[in-house]
Amino acid sequence: MIFFRQKIPIFSLAFSVILIASCDVGEGNVDSGNRLGILHYGNGSEPQGLDPHVVTGVPENHIVRALFEGLAVKNPYTLEPEPGVAERWIFSDDKRVITFFLNPNARWSNGDPVQASDYVWSWQRALDPAMGNQYSYMLFPVKNAESFAKGKISDFEKVGVKALDQRTLEVTLNEPTPYFIQLLDHYSTFAVHPPTIKKFGMSTDRYTKWTRAENIVGNGPFVMTEWKLNRRIVVKKSPTYWDRDKVGLNGVVFYPTENSVTEERMFRVGQLHYTAGVPLDKIPIYRDMENTPYVQAPYLGTYYYLLNTNKKPLNDVRVRQALSLSIDRDILTSTVLQGTAFPAYSITPPDTLGYYPPRLFGYDPDKAKELIAEAGYPDGKNWPGIEIIYNTSEAHRKIAVAIQQMWSSVLNIQVTLSNQEWKVYLDSVDQMEFDIARRGWIGDYVDPNNFLDLFISEGGNNSTGYANAVYDDLILKKSTKAADRESRYQIFYRAETMLMQAMPIIPIYTYTSKHLIHRSVKGLPSNLMDSLNLKYVWLEDLEKEDR
Amino acid sequence: MIRFVVVRIFQALPVILAVITATFFLIRMAPGGPFDSEKAVMPEVKAALEAQYKLDRPILDQYFSYLADLGEGDFGPSFKYPGRSVNELIAAGMPVTAELGFYALIFAVIVGGLSGVIASLHPNTWRDHLPMTFAMIGICVPSFLLGPSLMLLFGVHLDWFPVSGWGDIPGDKVLPSITLGAAYAAYVSRLSRAGMLEVLSQDYIRTARAKGLSEWRVITQHALRGGLMPLVAFLGPAFAGLLSGSFVVETIFQVPGLGRFYVQAAFNRDYTMILGTTIFLSTLIVIFNLMSDVLAAWMNPRLRSELFNYD
Amino acid sequence: MTEQEDLEINDIASGSSLSKDAWIRLRKNRPALGGLIILTAFFAIALFTPWIAPYGYEVQDLNLGATGPSQDHWLGTDIFGRDLLTQIMYGGRISLSVGFLATIVALFIGVTWGSIAGFVGGRIDSVMMRLVDILYALPFMIFIILLMVVFGRNMLLLFLAIGAVEWLTMARIMRGQVQNLRQQEFVEAAVAIGLSRSVILVRHIIPNAIGPIIVYTTLTIPSVMLLEAFLSFLGLGIQPPETSWGLLIAYGAETMEEYPWLLLFPGFFLAVTLFSLNFLGDGLRDALDVRGAKD
Repeated sequence: MIFFRQKIPIFSLAFSVILIASCDVGEGNVDSGNRLGILHYGNGSEPQGLDPHVVTGVPENHIVRALFEGLAVKNPYTLEPEPGVAERWIFSDDKRVITFFLNPNARWSNGDPVQASDYVWSWQRALDPAMGNQYSYMLFPVKNAESFAKGKISDFEKVGVKALDQRTLEVTLNEPTPYFIQLLDHYSTFAVHPPTIKKFGMSTDRYTKWTRAENIVGNGPFVMTEWKLNRRIVVKKSPTYWDRDKVGLNGVVFYPTENSVTEERMFRVGQLHYTAGVPLDKIPIYRDMENTPYVQAPYLGTYYYLLNTNKKPLNDVRVRQALSLSIDRDILTSTVLQGTAFPAYSITPPDTLGYYPPRLFGYDPDKAKELIAEAGYPDGKNWPGIEIIYNTSEAHRKIAVAIQQMWSSVLNIQVTLSNQEWKVYLDSVDQMEFDIARRGWIGDYVDPNNFLDLFISEGGNNSTGYANAVYDDLILKKSTKAADRESRYQIFYRAETMLMQAMPIIPIYTYTSKHLIHRSVKGLPSNLMDSLNLKYVWLEDLEKEDR
Repeated sequence: MIRFVVVRIFQALPVILAVITATFFLIRMAPGGPFDSEKAVMPEVKAALEAQYKLDRPILDQYFSYLADLGEGDFGPSFKYPGRSVNELIAAGMPVTAELGFYALIFAVIVGGLSGVIASLHPNTWRDHLPMTFAMIGICVPSFLLGPSLMLLFGVHLDWFPVSGWGDIPGDKVLPSITLGAAYAAYVSRLSRAGMLEVLSQDYIRTARAKGLSEWRVITQHALRGGLMPLVAFLGPAFAGLLSGSFVVETIFQVPGLGRFYVQAAFNRDYTMILGTTIFLSTLIVIFNLMSDVLAAWMNPRLRSELFNYD
Repeated sequence: MTEQEDLEINDIASGSSLSKDAWIRLRKNRPALGGLIILTAFFAIALFTPWIAPYGYEVQDLNLGATGPSQDHWLGTDIFGRDLLTQIMYGGRISLSVGFLATIVALFIGVTWGSIAGFVGGRIDSVMMRLVDILYALPFMIFIILLMVVFGRNMLLLFLAIGAVEWLTMARIMRGQVQNLRQQEFVEAAVAIGLSRSVILVRHIIPNAIGPIIVYTTLTIPSVMLLEAFLSFLGLGIQPPETSWGLLIAYGAETMEEYPWLLLFPGFFLAVTLFSLNFLGDGLRDALDVRGAKD
């Protein structure tokens, strides 16, 4: 019977294929990369897209910022703005008008000069309601930008951005906005190349082919040469970039390393120079290594629990405080989180551009017991039971399991956990159908405002039911009118004190960024935004040194 | 026989239409939409997004316009990956998953089939117990455990094979294929052993032996046909099931296949992608179930004769 | 199928003389008996876990963290300092109940559906099997997500959902078997002497198809346990701090280099269960083999 006899050759064939395949894996990416100046970069996941006015995620950010450049960029060492497309800028006396002077050498990758009119066109695109740009609010400090984005005015002439000539861009703001220059390094404020976009469709189309490797035109230090879905994105040094002499790499290969366990192993066998993350359980081992590739740094983000203040028993501030006081954040961060996070007692991370938030409380089980008794639940009696919801993730699970136990042992109250699928979780939070929900906020820019304006009454990310007119006034009005940084921070301090007394959220920890970085990689400093500028990165060929 | 196949293909159309319809309405019932994200989306932005993807229209409208597009072979744009059409995503992932599934099934049939048949010929000896023990291990070691273990042993410590990728570095297809194939090999082995034992005790095998046929001929010409019957019934859906089953393996080894899209699309509420992959999957299921039925008929002569007279 | 026919199936399974013979034969089969004893023991432990577990299942000791086996914790502790033996005992409750209940659901629907389709044949067969095709093709994840959202989290629902998926393959296999058997002489003989279809199906066909069915059942139980782990891992199954063997293995697999005991011990219990099931399954098949009985 044919069926049976054919098996044997297939089997031996398969076997020999396995043998041949196993002979030699060849030179690792890291070795060849060091020789050729190519960085092999674990990027976390496949980018959803590369259109600066469409994308929303961190992996997208890394690639987009290699292919495009803003008017001003963050220096990776200091996070202070430095010239990008604009070689310099001046503020008017009332700080409301900024004039940008574009670098005459700034070029699109097809050779066209980058012009002020490109910015006007691009910002109109970024703000156009039809575009559905989720980060259009990055441009809202610009005069009338918000009204335009919300469709209240349709005449873009009224928006505060004007090309005075091909090299001069004038931007008018609603209010003096100290952090506005920082926003210019965010991709939603980037310029795109108008002729390229028009070639592939309408300016506001989200799904044209203009971002494909063969079509895309950018103005950044690198240009894309290959985009293989779910495999890799390859970029090489741009020959037209104005500051090309400073670019230290010949190219970068981005890998969609979705599985962090696999990513760590890719790093271990020399397939990657840099990982997007590190599995928590691997960290103690790496930390104990000599010359460890493990790099950890504070990160501008806070992990916290949202409390539904409209719902019993969390509508009682004493209950909210009791819950917060009975979490031992020190032990949580040092054991469950392996020392990869800092205990948080406020929403704003400490030292956010020189701002230090108030610290009003600590771990205090006795006080917590008192408060919960005052609220009518002495030693957990009459407790109605509450539920923590979180989206599926190993880290969220661990935190919730530990906190559940802390609450039950200190307050003797019953807490259930509900692990929800991502979109179900988002829906529950959005509809406020929860008692307690896990949440994290990563700063879009380094300023306390970015954290504190979450909890204004109308804030889209508030989700707690917290509404306080005095708080709103401090954040929305008073802080924008502050004369200098110090008085502005004093206003923030007052607002945050109010917030932490009312406790609509329970801050748990401040994030850190965690990466494995091969020792040949240079020019990649840690910073609070986990922001890297690939332009400054270079590789030292260690093999050569050894020889 | 031809009539049987033609009838089945005609039956397939309503099956696929039913799948499309049920899926289309089911996914709309799931909470959350494609454009929900952790940072609140402005209502204006959300409205604009829904307008771009025609989600603001009445649902029946959407359904019929989807069917109309489908008639022209257009699965629509992906919500999750702007700038990519579902056709393109499937075209990119499908060959990879098909190749992975093919290797895995080859591995499963060769290793599982051989060990199952050998075991059945020597029941209750070491030649039975040894492969069956391995088969049991194969079943109880899930791919989320086997994959990382193989990767650690052969990828990291022995450095024989790459730990990730597909077709990028020589040998990177070996570990994913074995990982995916192992569980199936275990099933194949158990099912073929059971089927063979069943058949070997039948009268016609005894008759064949009594007629003085060599054991080899008894097995190859008589026993295998009936003995592998349950296996054939299993393989059809198994291959189609590889698509959803390969999700874990594709995630572990970062294989750019369709399995990842299939599962992630559900989590992302990427409506067009869910529908696209589901239609693709249901077509596969129909085809493979048909093939397995045809094969079953071919292996069962009496059923075969009946099929020529299929109503 | 009517209720009366149902009863007849039960007659076969629990009827007097046949099952007594089977039991005698099963008792002689040492591996099968061993499997039965181990499974019974596991079930007993699962049943009495709340009273006999060394620790409470939610008791943590964060300062202790993950430690290997010791005098206080025979199988070690996890990263929360929770006793692994306790976790395994509680996990067994869930895994065993999911595994067996979901499989019974799948077995019942699958065997009934498949044997009717295979035996009746023709148009009814076509319609029934095309329905199976449709269910195969529906996106399983969406189905589970919807169930969870509409009915809330419910263990019973999890069994049903898993059972509702697993019966499909069972039905296909059963149908193949029945089609095959329908052509056999003894069935034709039964038709010739004028026995009714349902009697033939229940008395002659199902008992003869029992071998592959039992084998597939013993395969389904572990795959159901793992499916539960997969769903729980994706947030669609049971909620922490509740756990199951599959989940313990899934988490253990992530830290297999750092804390191998977290993988090895739960894996050991799952494997022992599986081997016991397998031996018992083989023993049952031999014991219930009607042709064997004829010899």
